[in-house]
Amino acid sequence: MKSGKRRKGILSQILRVLFFRKKTAKVGIYGPPNAGKTTLTNRIIHTFVDENEDIGEATEIPHETRRAVRRGGIIIDLKARSLLTPGQNPNPNSKSESKRGKAKLKLDVVDTPGLATKIDFHDFMAFGLEEEEAKRRAKEATEGVIEAIKWLDDIDGVVLVMDCTEDPYTQTNIIIIGNMEARGIPCIIAANKVDLSDAAPQRIINAFPQHPVIPISALKGENMEGLYEEMARRFK
Amino acid sequence: MEIKMDLISEDKINSMGSMEKLRFVLDGVKSGNIVVLEGGLTSEEQMKLIELTMTEVTEDFPGIEMSGYPTKRGFLNLRRKTRLTVVGPAKIMHTIKKERDLISAMISAI
Repeated sequence: MKSGKRRKGILSQILRVLFFRKKTAKVGIYGPPNAGKTTLTNRIIHTFVDENEDIGEATEIPHETRRAVRRGGIIIDLKARSLLTPGQNPNPNSKSESKRGKAKLKLDVVDTPGLATKIDFHDFMAFGLEEEEAKRRAKEATEGVIEAIKWLDDIDGVVLVMDCTEDPYTQTNIIIIGNMEARGIPCIIAANKVDLSDAAPQRIINAFPQHPVIPISALKGENMEGLYEEMARRFK
Repeated sequence: MEIKMDLISEDKINSMGSMEKLRFVLDGVKSGNIVVLEGGLTSEEQMKLIELTMTEVTEDFPGIEMSGYPTKRGFLNLRRKTRLTVVGPAKIMHTIKKERDLISAMISAI
């Protein structure tokens, strides 16, 4: 039965590529709480839609995002972007740069609540929340986790955001990747927070060698071009 | 305080339906037990277990701690062999270290 499901995943992937290729890719931004999912989603929107538009608020309190939020109609156009910011393209004649210039992808991004196996309201009180507010937040966070899982049925690709100052080999990360592989959904790992002094993106690369890992700082905007390029390639 | 540990054989796990399996694990964990599954759960089953757990989180039961060895891949990656999965109440079980072939966890009585 397990291998049957796996075959189904591969078959649906082949059929999708051959016959049902969508013009707009629905990309889910997944990951554990506080990995920087909302910061990344905001960065994508600021870059390609409107620099004043935020999909959500990013704070240090876990489970700030408790509802999945979809932002449609984003066009990742690296050609237009390199024209707008010529300073970021020092060698436009090189092969890789000209390839990058052609990268274009129309997508909807879905910023999802952080996936977790436990939600304790006491953890929120440690951030200064009153007990009632912490309990309400915990209740909403459990609903958010369920919503994030349900969304997996409706997406075409995943950007899995990991905090590269933390141990990446967590069960939650392994479960997300295992589900993507079983469903045949392409997955990119964004090794976020490389701007921090204790960042170690190599640990993520070593832990998940079967998937592309792009070290980024969504907050500072470091290496975002590399991520967009990979997204355009994988989710097209 | 004593902590009970249930070591479930692969044969017993395979004799159960998917939902029956998850219900069995979660009921055990909610009773305060550490449940060790020989053969383990698939990634999809683990995701469903998270989903089921979230519907039952209360002030007294904040959720589960789950750890497992990653699956082994078979010929052409078509077949995946799940290995061992350990599930316990988040209040008493904490994974300290996890590697491909090693899980180190701390069990502490409340």
